[in-house]
Amino acid sequence: MIPAQFEYVAPTTLEDALQALSEAGDAKIIAGGQSLLPVLRMRLNAPEVVIDLGRIESLRGVRDDGDAIVIGAMTRHADVLTDPLVRENAFVITKAVEVLADPQVRHRGTFGGALAHADPAGDLGAPALALDAEFVVAGQGGTRTVAAEDFFVDLFTTALEDTEILTEVRIPKRAGWGAHYEKFVRVAHQWPIVAVAAAVRVEGGTIAEARVGLTNMGSTPLRARAVEQALVGQPATDEAVRAAAASAAEGTNPPSDLNGDADYRRHLATVLTRRAVLAAAGA
Amino acid sequence: MTVTEEAAAPQIGQERRRKEDQRLITGRTRWTDNIVLNGMLHLAMVRSPYAHARITNIETAEAKAMPNVVTVLTGADVAEEQGSLPNAWPITEDQKAPPHPSIAVDRVAFAGEIVAVVVARTAAEARDAADLVDVDYEELPPALDLKEAAEDKTLAHPDLGTNKSAFWQFDSADAGTGGSVDEAIEAARRDGILIEREYRQQRLIPAFMEPRSVVCDPTGEQLTVWSATQVPHFVRFFIAVVLGVPESKVRVIAPDVGGGFGGKLQFTPEEAITVVVARRLGKPCKYTETRSESLMSGHHGRDQWQRLTLAATKDGTVTGLKVDLLADMGAYLGLVTSGIPILGAFMFNGIYKFPAYQFNCTNVFTNKTWTDAYRGAGRPEATYAIERMMTELAAEVGVDPLEIRERNWIKHEEFPFSTVAGLEYDTGNYEAATEKAKRLFGYDELRAEQQRRRDAKDPVQLGIGVSTFTEMCGLAPSRVLGSLRYAAGGWEHASVRMLATGKVEVVTGASAHGQGHETAFSQIVADRLGVPFEDVEVLHGDTQIAHKGLDTYGSRSLTVGGEALVKAADKVVEKAKPIAAHLLEASVDDIEFRQGRFGVRGTDKGLGIAEIALATFAAHDFPEGVEPTLDSDATYDPVNFSFPHGTHLCAMEIDTETGGVTMRKYVCVDDVGTVINPLIVAGQVHGGLVQGIAQALWEEAVYDDSGTLVSASFVDYLVPTAADTISYGVSHTTTPSITNTLGTKGVGEAGTIASTPAVVNAVVDALRPFGVIDVRMPCTPERIYKAIHARDGADTGGAPTVGAAGPHFDEADTADRTAGNDSTDQNGSSL
Ligand SMILES: Cc1cc2nc3c(=O)[nH]c(=O)nc-3n(C[C@H](O)[C@H](O)[C@H](O)COP(=O)(O)OP(=O)(O)OC[C@H]3O[C@@H](n4cnc5c(N)ncnc54)[C@H](O)[C@@H]3O)c2cc1C
Repeated sequence: MIPAQFEYVAPTTLEDALQALSEAGDAKIIAGGQSLLPVLRMRLNAPEVVIDLGRIESLRGVRDDGDAIVIGAMTRHADVLTDPLVRENAFVITKAVEVLADPQVRHRGTFGGALAHADPAGDLGAPALALDAEFVVAGQGGTRTVAAEDFFVDLFTTALEDTEILTEVRIPKRAGWGAHYEKFVRVAHQWPIVAVAAAVRVEGGTIAEARVGLTNMGSTPLRARAVEQALVGQPATDEAVRAAAASAAEGTNPPSDLNGDADYRRHLATVLTRRAVLAAAGA
Repeated sequence: MTVTEEAAAPQIGQERRRKEDQRLITGRTRWTDNIVLNGMLHLAMVRSPYAHARITNIETAEAKAMPNVVTVLTGADVAEEQGSLPNAWPITEDQKAPPHPSIAVDRVAFAGEIVAVVVARTAAEARDAADLVDVDYEELPPALDLKEAAEDKTLAHPDLGTNKSAFWQFDSADAGTGGSVDEAIEAARRDGILIEREYRQQRLIPAFMEPRSVVCDPTGEQLTVWSATQVPHFVRFFIAVVLGVPESKVRVIAPDVGGGFGGKLQFTPEEAITVVVARRLGKPCKYTETRSESLMSGHHGRDQWQRLTLAATKDGTVTGLKVDLLADMGAYLGLVTSGIPILGAFMFNGIYKFPAYQFNCTNVFTNKTWTDAYRGAGRPEATYAIERMMTELAAEVGVDPLEIRERNWIKHEEFPFSTVAGLEYDTGNYEAATEKAKRLFGYDELRAEQQRRRDAKDPVQLGIGVSTFTEMCGLAPSRVLGSLRYAAGGWEHASVRMLATGKVEVVTGASAHGQGHETAFSQIVADRLGVPFEDVEVLHGDTQIAHKGLDTYGSRSLTVGGEALVKAADKVVEKAKPIAAHLLEASVDDIEFRQGRFGVRGTDKGLGIAEIALATFAAHDFPEGVEPTLDSDATYDPVNFSFPHGTHLCAMEIDTETGGVTMRKYVCVDDVGTVINPLIVAGQVHGGLVQGIAQALWEEAVYDDSGTLVSASFVDYLVPTAADTISYGVSHTTTPSITNTLGTKGVGEAGTIASTPAVVNAVVDALRPFGVIDVRMPCTPERIYKAIHARDGADTGGAPTVGAAGPHFDEADTADRTAGNDSTDQNGSSL
């Protein structure tokens, strides 16, 4: 399928990219193109200008920033997957990227692109939310930081303005936490029907802290706060975790589609939450 | 010295790597879409977004005014010229069918139907302009649901007055092949076992890898057409018949073709349109479909409701089978649409000795993409039905599903066997295949594990599914096809050409599109003529080279085309004998041919076949009255179908908490007769298994209630990848077929046919303790979960798939773009 005509620019600095973005009337940023290209090819959108961030070196890579790690928006999924800083300090992201799409997509798609795309079935939103990630956003006026809570606004909608670029994501370090991402699919290369991101800190067999994020249980990624609260102070046993996980679907508004209706998804959320938490706790 | 003296072991039976794979895998070949001709124009189609609508106006001016647009044609512009697309299989004398124009003229009958074609100098410009063709539609109520359509509630084609295209029956009492099924059912009702079930064969999409593409060059004396098709000879014939071009002026070439699975067994509207436009403009034209177009408007497969009644005695001996099918034709009758369910008519009895049988089929129109051949075509549907039913019978009697089968199947000493459906099965040994499958599977061990899990109320339950199968393939004896009102015959043609240098060109009328004919046929000819495998070149897929042929489908290429080849090769040998005798100064009667060498009996004198070929080429020293050629042809019309069979065993783990399924083990033992190349056979079986498993678990073409295909991309139409497969245990028993020289049987469809019921039987087997007797295909986790909990008041796992697919792209983007536009023409041309 052939996209409609567009102009293509590939700036080498963030400033030039921001400039191009604010000058063009109808522009789209392209990162890995794994979501944008299908949109263009199916002619769901026909921007006049496509701005490629691929040559801006400063947007790529993972670095240590004291009490946080920072993942550049243009870091490819495949690089996030093997990054030791991510593994050590934000293991739930490693686990999520491991099952995100297929190897081809992981070698093209980017961390920032996936988050900016804000597909409620995207695998990175729930982990980012669960870990209290901060989104660093650049505009011509300067840079601002958006908390994960505020970043995801609705289906495919984020706090990003049309003229802004997501440059990096800061994730507070959680070394020593156990983590798991439980993704439920019918075939391997599918977006999750439901998935659950869990990160827990276990002290002497007791869950001291827990973070639980839900994928595809509403129009944005969601935190399962009731579960988190119920888990704290509980032993990491099947029974205790099962009880806590029973409230996983509270306050969610999952979609109904070919892969399952909302009720089925609510049920899945409880099962997958239990499994994710138990796996994260090493139980 | 001649090559023949070092003649090695026979090629037949060796695992030769496929000759064609290097070019296919590395892409160093030419697909239709790679073809570029001087001055070539490109076509883009404007398609209806509506399932059923009247076309009230088409505005093409804006599109025509776009840069480099040559013309825009509507149905009205080509109404005379385009004719009606063919249905080659009118199954009854009074079969009803609407006219089938390539470009709709005043009414569209499915979403995706072509309403206009844009011709431009580049494909991108054609696509851009297609967006600007403004079509006004007046929506008509669509007939979508098969059962409702069968009741004529809404008419797919109001002019026909009914949605019923044809009713077709086979009755064993009428045919004299068995007794009265109604009597058997009555008897079972009184004093036996009666199993009544209704199964759904969901709609599937062939989803071949290479989208269809066609190029037509009208600039020479002949029209040359390249097409990504399984059936170049058919396409040539229909270009002649439908478009009125003399057949002798048409050359059709199927270059390397990337898969078909029946989906390219068609004469397509796009082929007809490309030819019409190229002839009209006098310029080469190309059309390549997009993936979206391919999924939406390439023909679909399956789509039936099956009502089944099986009668048996109390001990589980079958006494009768009655089949009532509703088959969804979709909007039109394509090439063999109407005959697909009828191909199953002879197979519902499977490998069992039913004394009475009746098959009834009603073909029904709906406003959906038309259905037609899809891997197995009719036979998977039949096998699914009988193998599910035999398992139900076993459950009813309370015996192992293998035991009930053994009680009822044809024993190996009973072959040849005339079946209740009127076929004669030549050979088979179901006992041997089943015994081997059980052993390789570890059947008893897995049954024991199943019991342990049941006893322990393990959240992960184990199910074991059994399916045997046989199928009729090697399509087909021409007289049988004639008796079924099919328009063509079922023979195949081959020729063998001996080149001066000793190389051999083999021409086959079969048309490979991934099967590996070049390799298998080379092995056959190498053995037959005693020439090296590497010296054989197999030519196919060009009607000017392979001037006669009936192409590739229905597992026919080897059993029918291979036999033609054997006969042609044997003629070469016969032609060479008098020449050898002459050159060796011996009597023809003393010439014996072994391993490529013509020897004189009782002497060490002899000549290699290559030497004879060279001597024939030179023709300097030739026997009186003998034509200087070794080249030979043969056309072979099969005397019977071939009947491969097998036993498939499948173990599925069901996560009862989520409904998730995991395949644990799969073993199949197929009897495909003599194996020419084990590697190719393994490939066919593996691919077939995955395709059949995909029907059981993943694939379904779903329409919403306005008639839009919602599983319209690979995001929602779940074709499995290697990551979704396990290592299958593939093995064989060998009972050579006695209806062809080589003893081969078809293998192209076998895996697909048996695996679907094996998997669903395993799923149901795991759930039977929960009171579940059916899960509708595809067996999604949601359906399985709901089936398990049906007793808690949830629904039963039999509900149809509803709802649109979840989007993974920004719908707001769409809204942006269409804001201020008439959304109709956006939809109408954006795919
Ligand atoms: C076959 C397939 C399967 C997939 N399966 C999954 C899956 O299982 N799970 C999953 O999570 N994802 C899946 N994806 C999506 C994948 O993760 C994409 O890589 C991701 O959604 C988009 O990343 P990208 O870098 O390709 O972004 P692009 O496609 O280039 O951009 C996506 C959107 O984000 C915007 N954008 C990109 N970067 C920025 C930025 N720095 N600042 C502001 N806006 C920006 C673009 O303008 C565009 O609107 C799949 C994709 C494919 C093709």
